[in-house]
Amino acid sequence: MNTSSLTAPPLASPHAHGGNSVSRTMFRVQIALAPATLFGFWLFGWPAFFLWLLTILSCLGFEALSLKMIGETRIKARLFDGSALLTGWLLALTLPPWAPWWVAVVGGFIAIIIGKQVFGGVGQNVFNPAMVARVALLVSFPLPLTQWVTPLPMMSVGAPDFVESLRIFLTSLPLPDAMASASLLGFTKTELSRGVDLVQSMAGSHAPALSWLGTRSGSLGESASMLIIGGGLYLLATGVITWHTPVAVIAGLAIPAAIGHAVDPSHYLSASAHLLSGAAMLGAFFIATDYVTSPNTGSGQIVFGLGVGLLTWVIRTYGGYPEGMAFAVLLMNALTPVIDRFAKPRILGRDRKGKPLDIPEKKGA
Amino acid sequence: MGFMNLFKHFLGDDWGVHPDDHKRPAADQPIRKLPVPPRVHLMLSQHVGAPARPVVLVGQKVKKGELIAAAQGNISAPVHASTSGVISAIGEITAPHSSGLPGMAISIDADGEDAWLETEIVADPYGLSAADIATRVAAAGVVGLGGATFPSSVKLNLGRRSSIDTLIVNGSECEPYLSCDDRLMRDRADEIVGGIRLMLISTGAGVAKVGIEDNKPEAIEAMRSAAARFDNIKIMPVPARYPMGSDRQLIVELTGREVPSDARAADVGVIVHNVGTAYAVHQAVCYGRPLVSRLMTLNGGAATTPGNYEVPLGTLVSDLVAFTGGYQGEAARLVMGGPMMGAVLPHARVPVVKGTSGILLLDAGEAAACEPEACIRCGSCVKACPMGLLPLEMSARIRNDELEGAVDLGLSDCIACGCCAYVCPSHIPLVQYFYHAKGELSAQQRATLRTEATKKMALQRQERLEREARERAEAAAKRKAERAAAAAAAEAAAASAAVNTEKQGETA
Repeated sequence: MNTSSLTAPPLASPHAHGGNSVSRTMFRVQIALAPATLFGFWLFGWPAFFLWLLTILSCLGFEALSLKMIGETRIKARLFDGSALLTGWLLALTLPPWAPWWVAVVGGFIAIIIGKQVFGGVGQNVFNPAMVARVALLVSFPLPLTQWVTPLPMMSVGAPDFVESLRIFLTSLPLPDAMASASLLGFTKTELSRGVDLVQSMAGSHAPALSWLGTRSGSLGESASMLIIGGGLYLLATGVITWHTPVAVIAGLAIPAAIGHAVDPSHYLSASAHLLSGAAMLGAFFIATDYVTSPNTGSGQIVFGLGVGLLTWVIRTYGGYPEGMAFAVLLMNALTPVIDRFAKPRILGRDRKGKPLDIPEKKGA
Repeated sequence: MGFMNLFKHFLGDDWGVHPDDHKRPAADQPIRKLPVPPRVHLMLSQHVGAPARPVVLVGQKVKKGELIAAAQGNISAPVHASTSGVISAIGEITAPHSSGLPGMAISIDADGEDAWLETEIVADPYGLSAADIATRVAAAGVVGLGGATFPSSVKLNLGRRSSIDTLIVNGSECEPYLSCDDRLMRDRADEIVGGIRLMLISTGAGVAKVGIEDNKPEAIEAMRSAAARFDNIKIMPVPARYPMGSDRQLIVELTGREVPSDARAADVGVIVHNVGTAYAVHQAVCYGRPLVSRLMTLNGGAATTPGNYEVPLGTLVSDLVAFTGGYQGEAARLVMGGPMMGAVLPHARVPVVKGTSGILLLDAGEAAACEPEACIRCGSCVKACPMGLLPLEMSARIRNDELEGAVDLGLSDCIACGCCAYVCPSHIPLVQYFYHAKGELSAQQRATLRTEATKKMALQRQERLEREARERAEAAAKRKAERAAAAAAAEAAAASAAVNTEKQGETA
């Protein structure tokens, strides 16, 4: 027997591993996102695909640059652990499908450099990088970030072909009026501000349809809610996420929405409108469940999720922006360390405060 | 994972992990007895507590079962010759520990006869008094054979003193690869039950609960039929889940009682013994046979004939491996114990000890280590931790050398079971962090004690010097005062004498 391999420095137990890895986890999330993304490509055509591709490539590019500047020796392993790719993918799903190329590049820069690497890289960031990028883009470039396109499925009449799509993507010309559309939340917000209440505006012929199947305008992650939920269930089944965060987010959003709608349907959108709009499902299953920026105990995740849901509803209903998920996630990210401080599991043999349990009185002793 | 486990998993009440158990086919092989090796090396310290003190001389002939090192102190255990032969050396040998440091051992050159020392056989072992049983167990050198190696007699006496009501017998054997307890329960259930009866008498407990993981149906069946005649011995299957065999977890599972973190199991009326210990107690009390051999599992990808072997204590691992057919391919890592908590052996020339439940010859695939990556805070370790700790937060504190923070998070409650490192997707060696921190803390505590002792001594010296100076000054002052008083008295006497003479003169 060759003993040289035994003279290596002693390793502490355990000498077995469950086989899970960062890249496997990230890969599963990507599998879960794939159906909704493919549906989005079909619905919005080649420009959406280009946007998705460039966002991911720019995230990977900025990640590689950062790793090189840090002096990382295992650049390839770190770069392809899937985290940067996933950040880019999630960001792409929250952008308007026909956003121009520079949105992807600037978004990738903000997400990776400002959102993640300045904090110390993977696992160290306080805020969800994709949401940092989305919010920064939204407040800096409101126009391209709120230009939603009417669904024009691939192969349908009027849908741009490959070359035409490339031109749309690269030249960033404003959308022709015939193709522009509003998302449901944007539309109702505008109508409400004009003094048209919800009952009238929703009955109007311009009202965007509320579709469970997803043939509607909006971001890639907003359109196919059912496919997003399916992906989320896959993540639950494979144990990548637990039920706490998604259930809490949905409850936090749906309960106030349902109460508001019951009280005054002319000013408050229904719970289903809230859940199916503004990428609420993407947020509940994929964004709020981000490991790094959410609490790490079940009870903490419930508090976190309820906060995300409630803040989303508050911002959508009373805030200046039609959409609130990204803001809500960032606000709750800031609270995560505090939640983690208070929502700790009980140690066996100790009470909730960490004091040892009392020794029971002996019978007859 | 059974249905209940799945249900608990969704409720979030799913401590521990479910590793592949790798127990079969080794568990299904019949027990094989290792022939006496040419030489055995019996460590003087193979139990918790003070090392045993040699009572033999080099060159002395000993019989199998003869006392060669006596217990010293309250918590200790004697060591007996594991075969007959001549004492060839009393000196240092590499200890079966990952440090590779030497330890004291008595070496015996076997004469091949393997002749037992004549021992008295007790006619009615179950009629012995509680104290008598404990004394015989102590004299036989029986220690906790589950791996903790705490002297069993101390626990038996403790149980009697602290009014125990339940004896828990640990047959869960939750470590993957190991099957020696399983095999023992299948083949020697009657002896185990006999040992349990003796331990019930000795501890004064009313009932014994034998916890066996439900992945050992044959063992459960064998134990059930052996214990059928005894109402106070209950065989209780427990769900297969690592670390079910950890005492605090098993106590909760079988009795619903939770041991406070600063207390012992005896404080909640429970005492835990391993099935292997029960067997050894039976042998010691009924046949006067001391603990000189034990059943252990040889397993792993590089083991030629995996199975359970009855091995004389002190046998070198290399002898065991050679007898079982050598290595199959190359052993990338030698482990004593199970894969979750076992210790890496520096090489194969180390002796087996009382606490050796298995020898694993892990091949390159099993021992493959991945490069650790950054923590992604996925919380897998939090879900897996059977103690309810936050391994990721603790390791982050330790990495930043903030040991106090780790202690506040419950570092002292960590049982080093390895669940956290097992599930970690970033392959962070969490247990290594915790070992490091615990070692560092105890070093710091020793240093603090030393400084305090030095400080105390320096203070005492200063006080003593001050006191002496003060006493000297006081004595000097006293002497001065005395002298002054004496002088004053003399003066007064002289004066009064003068007055008297004057008076006398006047009257004269």
